[in-house]
Amino acid sequence: MKYIEPHAHMVSRTTDDYEKLALAGCQAVCEPAFWAGFDRSSAQGFHDYFRQLTEYEPQRAAKFGIKHFSWLCINPKEADDPGFAREVMSLIPEFLKAPNVLGIGEIGLNKNTRNELTIFEEHVQLALDHKLPVLIHTPHLEDKLKGTRLILDSLANFPQLNRSQVIIDHVEEHTVSQVLDAGYWAGMTLYPHSKCSLDRAIDILEVHGPDRLWMNSACDWGISDPLAVPKCALRMKARGHDPAAIERVIHQNPVDFLSQSPRFVI
Amino acid sequence: MPGKSELLNLQFIEARHSLVELAAFLDRFDRHEVPSDFRLEALKNALPILLENHPDRARKILESLSDPSSEPIPHATTQGAAGAPRPDL
Repeated sequence: MKYIEPHAHMVSRTTDDYEKLALAGCQAVCEPAFWAGFDRSSAQGFHDYFRQLTEYEPQRAAKFGIKHFSWLCINPKEADDPGFAREVMSLIPEFLKAPNVLGIGEIGLNKNTRNELTIFEEHVQLALDHKLPVLIHTPHLEDKLKGTRLILDSLANFPQLNRSQVIIDHVEEHTVSQVLDAGYWAGMTLYPHSKCSLDRAIDILEVHGPDRLWMNSACDWGISDPLAVPKCALRMKARGHDPAAIERVIHQNPVDFLSQSPRFVI
Repeated sequence: MPGKSELLNLQFIEARHSLVELAAFLDRFDRHEVPSDFRLEALKNALPILLENHPDRARKILESLSDPSSEPIPHATTQGAAGAPRPDL
């Protein structure tokens, strides 16, 4: 079964995981810039990270026949200091020329602060200035509902934004309707203990239908499973979903969204 | 889509496991001298939703465990999330 992993933090994973992804049928992996588990002490640390995302990881993935794409930003967890965030953002245009960069992400909110919101909006403007798709992170646990509403309210202030080029990730049962009803794509993250379980993601698909929905593992340095997407596909089969329905959500939908970047060629 | 009996065959043991685990978690707290905690209270407050007869229990439980405020906060006091809204919010 071929599939796309549309959200994975491979810098945190071993090379063995690339082999597992390849064996499971992964054609391409997309890696948004994120929080590495600790705060970086300088903008130079982000320069190195952006090089890793645009130079090193594509080579590591290629050894297993997997295409690697990336999204760039300063993540919301490190964006509460606007001066520092803007220093990092000033590095991004240089890296947007890299052939594997699809857009701006994963931007968004973490603790729903004013500064996070300001930097989020400056990232959206950066994407608009460069005509790039946007991948948005919604906050964790108790902060998700409020953060999703703040993000949607903020995006409404960008009338020039093409909503079909924006995916709002980590939706759950209490946020998915708001995202889809507003015309955006929605991502479901399959985590063992937080976000969506395999069965809850399938429930959301059954309730809301497959339009503008994808699923991802968002595997990183925390408790996560790089094979969550193919495992969810297997679970869909057990729950009676036909092969075409499964293929749509794990392959065709990601291809449809990501192909809005001319660089997404698999 | 599978019928209700097929779903039961597929998932009853998992659901039973989750229910027993939750009960044991609450028992564990009762056996220990632990001061009341906003997370535990939030969990207990969400439990009655399980017995409602509407197919949106997951959404309602997630909402009950969410920060109910609507304005951005001035500054973050933590980087992480607790899983339930802090009482000072």
